[in-house]
Amino acid sequence: MKKQIQLVSIALFAFCMSVIAQENAGLKLPEGFKANLYANNIGGARHIAITKSGVVFAKLNNPNKEGNAIIRLEDANNDGVADKINGFAKFSGTGIFVKGNSLYASSNEAVFKYELNSKDEVVNPLTPLTIVSGLLDRRQHNSKSITFDMANNIYVNIGAYSNACQEKDRTPGSQGMMPCPILDSAGGIWKFDGTKENQTYKDGKRYATGLRNVLGLDWNTETNKLYVAQHGRDQLNSFYPNLYTDAQNAELPAETFYEINEGDNAGWPYVYYDPSQHKKIVSPEYGGDSKKEGSAEFKEPAVAFPAHMAPMAVLFYTGNQFPAKYKNGAFISFHGSWNRAPLPQEGFFVAFIPFKNGKATGEWEIFANGFAGTENGAKVTNTGKAKARPCGLAQGLDGSIYVSDDNKGAIFKISYSK
Amino acid sequence: MKNFSITVSINGFIKFALLFCFLVLTQWCNAQNKINGKKIFETRCLVCHQSDGGGVPNMNPPLDGATNVNGKDIARLVNIIRNGYDERVALDGMYYNNAMTANPDLKEDAIADVLTYVRNSWSNKAGAVTISQVKAALLKNKAVKK
Ligand code: HEC
Repeated sequence: MKKQIQLVSIALFAFCMSVIAQENAGLKLPEGFKANLYANNIGGARHIAITKSGVVFAKLNNPNKEGNAIIRLEDANNDGVADKINGFAKFSGTGIFVKGNSLYASSNEAVFKYELNSKDEVVNPLTPLTIVSGLLDRRQHNSKSITFDMANNIYVNIGAYSNACQEKDRTPGSQGMMPCPILDSAGGIWKFDGTKENQTYKDGKRYATGLRNVLGLDWNTETNKLYVAQHGRDQLNSFYPNLYTDAQNAELPAETFYEINEGDNAGWPYVYYDPSQHKKIVSPEYGGDSKKEGSAEFKEPAVAFPAHMAPMAVLFYTGNQFPAKYKNGAFISFHGSWNRAPLPQEGFFVAFIPFKNGKATGEWEIFANGFAGTENGAKVTNTGKAKARPCGLAQGLDGSIYVSDDNKGAIFKISYSK
Repeated sequence: MKNFSITVSINGFIKFALLFCFLVLTQWCNAQNKINGKKIFETRCLVCHQSDGGGVPNMNPPLDGATNVNGKDIARLVNIIRNGYDERVALDGMYYNNAMTANPDLKEDAIADVLTYVRNSWSNKAGAVTISQVKAALLKNKAVKK
């Protein structure tokens, strides 16, 4: 009898613990915030976008089990959980954006446009218009993230198909090419007319260059400026063990966040940003020795984040639900590093970048953590073991934010109440 | 009759002892190879394929449990290690976007060691890779290239 009571109480305790563990869908949030699972297991979800009626569209990295690569999610009964879920499109890719009654989505070489009806259903799921095509896809850094300005221009990331523009990519001892020939057609942000069909490179304009790979980009509507987050280079220690230890590689270079003006050059592949020296340092492939400072012509980052965390999306918060400090600041998701190994990985969280008078203060703080689902918030050692990896960000009609996971495809909804 | 059986057993003992020494030696060599392979893995491969061999989703494929890694096409594996790998291919049904680093400076015995290590680590239980298999693979590759 005693034993039975013991067993029952153990079971009860375990049950309570599991309920507590799932509180806020397993996320750790600032005071007053709560989170729930809006959807789960829809397939590795990259960027997400929300329509004027609150329908969520998620771009999957690859088609899911049902063969769909864009998923439409609707919370018809308004309980915070998607109850109408269906999908269409077969192409792999990352970018998705809602502009008025149009839904834009990108494959790894093109941007397509779909029409939405009054219920925000896609009218032409099989026959989208092709806005841009023929963009370079050489596997490495091939995702084409997209955003719009306040007019009808679309900004497309074309990532560099290389680590550091060596003659032979990722090969020890191979020199950096001078000038880097990749930059004429990749390694930057291209601007196109979002309303015109069938554009290619020649119809667009290189808006910014020297950006190795940008997954997260968003337009700051308060200051009318583009902001981008770059994935910094890898493997300094693998190729230059005499210049960089494993521990130094784990902290170099910073993941950088830039305010972009037309014509800016952020300096890839010639320089990288060293967050402890607060300097742009010449890349070792271009004669650097880990100390030599790079040219002043290259852009300074607005914020420098720890290395290799992989910034995936940027979202300027324009809602009124969250406390005042979040207004017109930026959320940024990090789906987590791999290149810090053999040291523990970092990232797997959503951070917040405070803005003051339209400028980033240079500070940042963790906003939502715990996506990786490790025991007691322990660090991830092997990236493949992280449960969820935060990727896409979007703001809901009520001012909540949604965070997608590009591992299994959870979507978290984060809200605030006093 | 008695003598005969003694010679047989002495003979048998020597044979047994030799076999035993041989087995211990090969085991020891295998262990040495695996230790060496582990060292190479940690300095050159771990960063991408991770310490649990689980890889990085969409970027670097897992080596643990991978069909090709445990498979019979040793020549393909040898050439991947030596020349790197950057092709649009599905590995166990998944695509990976990163480009694998070449190892032009890895000697034949080192390639054998690191492949033996990855084929016998985590849940992998495939045969060891010998230096002669590595040599044959590299020769064949050269012939194809010409
Ligand atoms: C820069 C990251 C990187 C490093 C370092 C690296 N690999 Fe790879 N490896 C990859 C990628 C990416 C692929 C798949 C390439 C593709 O799909 O074209 C791969 C593929 C492989 C494969 C083929 C897997 C299969 O299922 O067919 C083997 C075997 C392998 N790597 C072993 C190694 C070994 C051993 C080392 C160390 C000597 C190593 N790799 C170092 C990234 C890396």
